[in-house]
Amino acid sequence: MSKKISRKKVTEALAGYAFISPWLFIFFTFTVFSLGYAIYLSFTRYNLLKPPVWWGLEGYQRVLSDELFLTKALPNTFKYVLIVVPIQTMISLVLAFVMDQSLRFRRAFRTIFYLPSVTSSVVISLIFVWLFAPQGIFNQITHLTINWLDNPATAFYVIMGMNIFTTSGTLMLIFLSGLQDISTTIYEAAQIDGADPVQVFFRITIPLLRPVIFFVVTVGVIGCFQVFDQIFVMTSGGPLDSTTTLTYLIYKWAFRDTTIKMGQASSLAVILTLIILAVTLIQRRVIEGSGSTTQ
Amino acid sequence: MKTLPDVTPDNSMSKGILTAWGRLKTPFFYALLFFWAILCLAPLYFTLVFSLKPVANAYTPPLWLPIPFTLDNYRLVLQSFDLFPRWIFNSTIVAVVVTACRVLFCAMAGYSFARIEFPFKNFLFAALLISMMMPGVVTIIPSFLIIGPGFIRGGIPIGDSFTIPTGFNLINHLGGVILPSVVDAFGVFMMTQFYKSFPKELEEAAVMDGMGRWGTFFWIVLPLSQTQLLTLGLLTFQGSWNGFLWPLLVLRSPELFTLPIGLQWFRGEYYTLISVILAGSLFNTLPILILFFVFQKYFVRSVASTGSKEG
Repeated sequence: MSKKISRKKVTEALAGYAFISPWLFIFFTFTVFSLGYAIYLSFTRYNLLKPPVWWGLEGYQRVLSDELFLTKALPNTFKYVLIVVPIQTMISLVLAFVMDQSLRFRRAFRTIFYLPSVTSSVVISLIFVWLFAPQGIFNQITHLTINWLDNPATAFYVIMGMNIFTTSGTLMLIFLSGLQDISTTIYEAAQIDGADPVQVFFRITIPLLRPVIFFVVTVGVIGCFQVFDQIFVMTSGGPLDSTTTLTYLIYKWAFRDTTIKMGQASSLAVILTLIILAVTLIQRRVIEGSGSTTQ
Repeated sequence: MKTLPDVTPDNSMSKGILTAWGRLKTPFFYALLFFWAILCLAPLYFTLVFSLKPVANAYTPPLWLPIPFTLDNYRLVLQSFDLFPRWIFNSTIVAVVVTACRVLFCAMAGYSFARIEFPFKNFLFAALLISMMMPGVVTIIPSFLIIGPGFIRGGIPIGDSFTIPTGFNLINHLGGVILPSVVDAFGVFMMTQFYKSFPKELEEAAVMDGMGRWGTFFWIVLPLSQTQLLTLGLLTFQGSWNGFLWPLLVLRSPELFTLPIGLQWFRGEYYTLISVILAGSLFNTLPILILFFVFQKYFVRSVASTGSKEG
């Protein structure tokens, strides 16, 4: 009897592993092994032509004393996150709030708002390069003569604006499904208690939406720290490195520079990962700590 | 709240504001929605209009109508410039294979995590959750090396005629774009959650009929998860079709490019042919737009489902 059970257990276990085997293979190759490999490479000098040479902390030291990293990539990335994440979260929350009211044409609006999000980052970037060209449509409509993407004072803001515009649709949908999950009886109870719309919004909607807000901000932070496609297409990090971000710098060192620096780029990738991890943890504290109502 | 009598006049004033707000909020909301809708539609509308104008008119008014009208840009994309159809073909191959594999593999793994008992299951599931939080940028360089020659160029020689390769040697190969994407942590997680709430009775009946795990999964479980598979499939297809950084690193020769890489390369080579780039851009957008309109409900579900994992 017991033998039969254990045999059944073994068959079950084998089936279980067979079912997860494709995931397990990719997970071990491109996540576990890759991560270890990245950490190893971050302690080496590696130019692809010769095997990696152990370098200790030299790679990290070079990153931390690199001019481009210190004066451009690092501040640019933080600036990007600090501007884009709050604005896109706010816009998408407001849009979702409005969409949650009983208004007409909601389905049509939802469809239209999501359109920029289904368009590929490359396509939308190519379109914006053309729209914001010196003689482009944006200047024609506004009667300005600014060379938006060739000017260090404006290029980064055009990219920020474009990304806020394209991600807000997706985030709006996430907020909307969160808002629709809030039971109407809570709102009715609040109305009976005489709460005005402003109180309802800040005392009921926002606290109940906290997990969704946390998710949207986290996704936003992780995504914004890794912004790449739009910068590659629109400015290649220029003009005068004013749009060089950390991910773009990793790409530049590892794949674009005439002397390939895979080791140093890996050091930067590890540093960037640690930054993202730290910021996510701090932000979790802030969002969870800011509310007196914790579920 | 503490000094209730004092607020009475103030209260009536705020009541006045509130009634005014009650009357004004609907028009205000509509104005906001229309404003954002115009913002969302404008870039695509301008792209459509100017893709129907001659190349020489890429910046010339009228902005709102395709005057003078021409189909030359589309003709160039589809006929004269034979790389464009190749790029569309390549993108289709990559997106279809990635979607088919990912839907199947994620469903398999999700089913296993939800239903089957095996050693180290909880440990592996925790590892899966952690890997979902990991920023992709950290594994870009090692993944590139693994897809390429591996950590030892030329492999490890054994004897004179045999070497063990340490990488997949798939640089400049569509397989190199596809391989790392055939399954992903989020998809597995999503399917696990789905199968946890999937009624067990249906499977038990099948098991009674003598179907094994595989038979039950392929003949009973998979057909009954169509909606969920479609949701995951659409999310995957969109991501793969629009993918940029990874194919940019893997693909080197123009005839192997996917459409986004091709468009970006085309812009570098023929930067004056802006109207052609706009026409090509619409070709990249069109399939996703069609899918979006046909399966709108599932698209909305798929995005909403990404949000519910924390909530």
